[in-house]
Amino acid sequence: MNKTMRITVDGRKIRASPGQTIMDACDDAGVYVPRLCDVEGLVPQGSCRVCTVKADGHTVAACTEPAEPGMKVENDTLEIKNYRRDLVRMLFHEGNHLCPICEASGRCELQAMAYRLRISQATKYPYLQPVRPVDASHPDIALDNNRCILCGRCIRASRDVDGKHVFEYVGRGIHKRIGVNAENLAATNASIDDYAMSLEVCPVGCIIRKREGFFAPIGARQFDREPIGMDVETRQEHHVPKRRPDPAFGNDGTK
Amino acid sequence: MIDILWAVQDKLGCIDGEAMSLIAEKTGTYRVEVEGVVSFYAFFSSVRKGKIVIRLCDDIVDRHAGVFAVAKSFENTLGIKLGETTPDHWFSLEYTPCIGMCDQAPAALVNDVVVTNLTPAKVKGIVRTLKKTRDPRALVTKTGDGNNGHRLIAAMVKNNIRHTGPVLFDKSPAEAGLKQALTLSPGGVLELVVDSRLRGRGGAGFPTGKKWRYAAAAQAALRYVICNADEGEPGTFKDRVLLTERAQLLIEGMTIAAYAVGAAEGILYLRAEYRYLKAYLEHILARRRSRGLLGDNIMGKAGFHFDIRIQMGAGAYICGEESSLISSCEGKRGEPKNRPPFPVQSGYLGLPTVVNNVETFCCVPPLIARGPKWFTSIGTPHSSGTKLLSVSGDCTRPGVYELPFGVSVQDVLDKAGAKDPAAVLIGGASGDMIGRPEFQRRICFEDLPTAGAITTFSSHRNVLEIANYYMDFFIDESCGYCTPCRVGNVFMKQGLEKIMQGLGEAGDLDYLRELGKTIIATSRCGLGHTSPNPILSSMKSFPLVYSALLNAHPNEFQAGFNIQSALDEARVIAKRRSLIYDVSYGDEE
Ligand SMILES: Cc1cc2nc3c(=O)[nH]c(=O)nc-3n(C[C@H](O)[C@H](O)[C@H](O)COP(=O)(O)O)c2cc1C
Ligand code: SF4
Ligand code: SF4
Ligand code: SF4
Ligand code: FES
Ligand code: FES
Repeated sequence: MNKTMRITVDGRKIRASPGQTIMDACDDAGVYVPRLCDVEGLVPQGSCRVCTVKADGHTVAACTEPAEPGMKVENDTLEIKNYRRDLVRMLFHEGNHLCPICEASGRCELQAMAYRLRISQATKYPYLQPVRPVDASHPDIALDNNRCILCGRCIRASRDVDGKHVFEYVGRGIHKRIGVNAENLAATNASIDDYAMSLEVCPVGCIIRKREGFFAPIGARQFDREPIGMDVETRQEHHVPKRRPDPAFGNDGTK
Repeated sequence: MIDILWAVQDKLGCIDGEAMSLIAEKTGTYRVEVEGVVSFYAFFSSVRKGKIVIRLCDDIVDRHAGVFAVAKSFENTLGIKLGETTPDHWFSLEYTPCIGMCDQAPAALVNDVVVTNLTPAKVKGIVRTLKKTRDPRALVTKTGDGNNGHRLIAAMVKNNIRHTGPVLFDKSPAEAGLKQALTLSPGGVLELVVDSRLRGRGGAGFPTGKKWRYAAAAQAALRYVICNADEGEPGTFKDRVLLTERAQLLIEGMTIAAYAVGAAEGILYLRAEYRYLKAYLEHILARRRSRGLLGDNIMGKAGFHFDIRIQMGAGAYICGEESSLISSCEGKRGEPKNRPPFPVQSGYLGLPTVVNNVETFCCVPPLIARGPKWFTSIGTPHSSGTKLLSVSGDCTRPGVYELPFGVSVQDVLDKAGAKDPAAVLIGGASGDMIGRPEFQRRICFEDLPTAGAITTFSSHRNVLEIANYYMDFFIDESCGYCTPCRVGNVFMKQGLEKIMQGLGEAGDLDYLRELGKTIIATSRCGLGHTSPNPILSSMKSFPLVYSALLNAHPNEFQAGFNIQSALDEARVIAKRRSLIYDVSYGDEE
């Protein structure tokens, strides 16, 4: 059972080990699958759907779908790209994103993904322009829910890495949002030193580290230097395999 | 957890921040987790509700039956608007999706008490009674037929059983199926179920025998059998009738399933709207325990132990999806789980779990008693047996009909006395809307599958208004886990509304088709896979209705110009000057 298998991604044969997701197999092989809710070091949850691929003809989320021997995966086709564009557009239109005044601009994964997918005009969808609260109660951290894309990375980071459970989803449907474990963030045990509050975790400009804003000048920001996904694509043949936590929690990130 | 929340909600009329903290402390969870669960379910509230909550079903069927006038009347009599609570904290008034009383609409829930066939004229009397007695049970002056008159149900609900068939209303003696099953080995029972080609009655039509075999084969110390009595699909009410009249048969079926797969524990997941049946079902379970039909060594079979508990839902359509239902039983937000693993491998608490619909379990005892040959002789080659249909809408004989699979839509409409049917929705909100040319199609898994809902609409109904209502339903009921369903459905609805307002253009139909395709392809569970159906299937069946509403533009340019200028204005208001939006760079393939 423990033998590695082969799967095909856009015609290219790559190796996968049993139990590995399509995403992890692709990462190890240097094939980039666009993603927003999934990030190395956390349990995959499969919610943004940007990593949608076709596996043997069925659309699935690469970050949660286990690789099967001989599986044929389509990642970089026009059909898939259009799905991803629609999803990224939905995320833009769901919240309130004003990139030029946003602290995350240039290191924001949503913005970078839009560039990578070559989304230019936004003529298709209506803006929902929700009214969402900003929680600036904490001395070191601010939460600007207007930019939250509900990726749940902060939830998993706080729960599984920090062991704290500062965040959780509340509400349902279009009213779903990130809640904190008290009346407001200041009343929780959140700390600026939590992994959940690090720049790696929140992909957009929702979790803001106070007094650290705009630390990189335009031109030197993370995605000014290289487009999102380049790090994966330029990986060497024998790099360190991807880090994943023990699946002590359910595969959907719930206990 | 859900039970605790129900107890608190019932006592305080809300589960506020303080209560959440306390519950978290007592259960060793986090306050925000409790908040996550409370805010997920429609029947829980963090702000204080009245002691008497009136929930009016605002489904399209009830709208056609005049629920808006009833709502107005309630507003006027109570002096509050929908969504509000009276200052004395006695009354709250709100809308709720289908409560499974479509055959006696407009209907409402007053706390747990069902009130049917409402009219504006009845409202004053209802409010007067409530104010006088402070007890919703006082509203039931005459109980319905059959077990609705049982002292533990005492509901005004009518069964409306219009046609009984050979399976669900089979006259085999009680427990014949279970008795027969216990003479066989569990493997022998599995074989009979496989041979009968029984398929799930809850919608997806998965072969029941296959499902049970997977669960039986999974390595585990404990296995679960769960009955899905969430019946949330708008227009479906057949499980309500089965729970009322065939509860013994249902439990017998679950017991046979437990024997076949080797489960020792079972759960009956009952939707919040059917809470009025809970006491009666508890009573049936207790009676079966005392008769040795549940508990240890059932029917004297040494080593066969099985018991069932009832789990109440709390108002969430998505909890009918089997993995969400399991999440809900585990006391969590009712969100679907990732698959694989499937519930039969790792379900409730990580144990192999069989989830079946009420009707599926009810098919099992007669099938075992009479054998697979008999069962497959009814219906069609790929859909053996009968189907219990819930027919409602514009017809003179709404109610449930047990008919063999393969029956044509036209036949059903004739039996139900459909009035001038122009559009029929097969399978509720997530099903297909068909028009007259398709009425000869047959109800079966080979052609038109349905979990049971047949909703008829006469020619003076507005197809777009119907589709629009069901989009609203999906927006409200989406769990919000994944992007396409959470956000995409809102865009679908807005696109449809644009057409309804007469602002649509030819390109809008393509827009809806493409958006619908993305939602279907990328959603995570069955809700998103079907949510664009009301619009997509009505576009397909009624293209002329849609095109009649579109504006003809002399040329493409003008259409494009209009959209652009509309957007420009929005951009100025929103002060959006983003590179991504305003500068076109890169070309779209
Ligand atoms: C959004 C959604 C809602 C569902 N609601 C119900 C329901 O109310 N009752 C039900 O029996 N099945 C429902 N199902 C189907 C269940 O997921 C599952 O397939 C069924 O309970 C299995 O039982 P069966 O094989 O006996 O049909 C629903 C599915 C989805 C995707
Ligand atoms: S979070 Fe990202 S996409 Fe949103 S405004 Fe900031 S930079 Fe733009
Ligand atoms: S706050 Fe950031 S990390 Fe958390 S869900 Fe929102 S976007 Fe994701
Ligand atoms: S498709 Fe809808 S209901 Fe299903 S997981 Fe996604 S958001 Fe939730
Ligand atoms: S990255 Fe896979 S669903 Fe978000
Ligand atoms: S009860 Fe109102 S539509 Fe079902």
